[in-house]
Amino acid sequence: MEKAIITVVGKDQVGIIAKVCTYLADNTINILDISQTILQGYFNMMMIVDVKNAAKEFSVVADELASLGEEIGVTIKLQHEEIFDMMHRI
Amino acid sequence: MITSYEVAQTNKMIEQENLDVRTITIGISLLDCIDSNVDVLCDNIYHKILRIAKDLVKTGDSIEKKYGIPIVNKRISVTPISLVGASSCHCQEDFVKIAKVLDKCAHEIGINFIGGYSAIVSKGMTPAEKLLIESIPLAMKETELVCSSVNVGSTKTGLNMDAVKLVGETIKLTAQMTADQDSIGCAKFVVFCNAPDDNPFMAGAFHGVSEADAVINVGVSGPGVVRNAIKEAKGKDFGELCEVIKKTAFKITRVGQLVALEASEALNIPFGIIDLSLAPTPAVGDSIADCLQEMGLEKVGAPGTTAALAILNDQVKKGGIMASSYVGGLSGAFIPVSEDQGMIDAVEAGSLSLEKLEAMTCVCSVGLDMIAIPGKTSPKTIAGIIADEMAIGMINQKTTAVRLIPVIGKDVGDSVEFGGLLGHAPIMTVNEFSCDEFIDRGGRIPAPIHSFKN
Repeated sequence: MEKAIITVVGKDQVGIIAKVCTYLADNTINILDISQTILQGYFNMMMIVDVKNAAKEFSVVADELASLGEEIGVTIKLQHEEIFDMMHRI
Repeated sequence: MITSYEVAQTNKMIEQENLDVRTITIGISLLDCIDSNVDVLCDNIYHKILRIAKDLVKTGDSIEKKYGIPIVNKRISVTPISLVGASSCHCQEDFVKIAKVLDKCAHEIGINFIGGYSAIVSKGMTPAEKLLIESIPLAMKETELVCSSVNVGSTKTGLNMDAVKLVGETIKLTAQMTADQDSIGCAKFVVFCNAPDDNPFMAGAFHGVSEADAVINVGVSGPGVVRNAIKEAKGKDFGELCEVIKKTAFKITRVGQLVALEASEALNIPFGIIDLSLAPTPAVGDSIADCLQEMGLEKVGAPGTTAALAILNDQVKKGGIMASSYVGGLSGAFIPVSEDQGMIDAVEAGSLSLEKLEAMTCVCSVGLDMIAIPGKTSPKTIAGIIADEMAIGMINQKTTAVRLIPVIGKDVGDSVEFGGLLGHAPIMTVNEFSCDEFIDRGGRIPAPIHSFKN
């Protein structure tokens, strides 16, 4: 397993999760955990995914998710989990 | 499992507080390139640097993507060229030939600086070292990305005052030779006392002879993150203030450690050290001065500034040391003037003087950095300023450095624009009383006593 974190932030609208999940399914990226809140009309989602069997390279997935975000009008970021582990766990 | 709060905190540091990895620097030994023919030497240098570092930029970019953290600079440091060129360089032009090859490598690889056009002359100068120092003005004029440094003293050896005098002249000449670009040549040259062998930051990076064939050193940064953390401790006592800085420094350094290990694996080059320095940039919010002001000073330079900087520097080290297995380089808070908007503001407001900066360098890493002074300043006065700063390093067993830019044709009241990471700077006042006779004595200042510390 190779965990990565996807964060989606932006103005709420219909179908954000659907579009992100479709993209992930198409690229064989498994979703392990989703948490989502709406804060003052702003959509805030964090996903933990497994990119071990991803169909594309990590940097390609990151770029494609970012441009998918631009299409929808939200910011989507893909980061390897290690950076958060290093920073917040001893 | 990582929580969404932690993810949000990390991303806030990156997106809003300018957290970044300041530099991945590959140190490369050029000792095995030495030849008695300068053209063969240049050829060897070119091939070795390209062989080892050709993938540096690509690797840096892919790490940046993987973790979503900017890696601002990719750089290379090499063995001091005064050693590498000693057997083949018989005139200044020979040394400049090597500088040009280094410049060519830097351009081809796509890095923004290459350091190591250097000489270590703490106690004495060989003819080659003297020649290299004399060639610095021409090398800085003829190249764009080559950085140069000279170590003129150490706690163990004392100060080489002949070298200090020569370097004073070198700086002035470099300024004159790049006068059409606001004397920018001087921004790529730094004088050291107790220079470390593994510093990844420019302009002072070189690959010391105590190092392996190739090594990866990483410099982290994040004054903006520290400043926001200090903000949260507003009104709290010093104990709590220190706790906050330490925790933040730990987190920042962990990111550096991660990037260093990743780069080391990808490039198949051993990991050397993490440099724990807080390095500002001209971007708003990315300022050491702001950190000090957030602690409760109206402007940097006000009474209390040296104490505030001492706290910052020490706590950054305390937090960072635990976060990385190997810490080295300069490690502390940098206080360059032109690269830090808060410092520039303080100078313009009349709060910060050269003398106060000198006092601040007693408690922080490095020293008088990126300070523009009047172009009319004499070489001996420059040497005097260097001697003062070097003495602080020698006596206090710490690294100190001087990077002064006598801007030809400009005087106090003017300002100068270097662009990019080098920023802009108001010309600062220099004490005009003479130190000529002192500098003209020549010789060495003996090493200081290592006991009876007061």
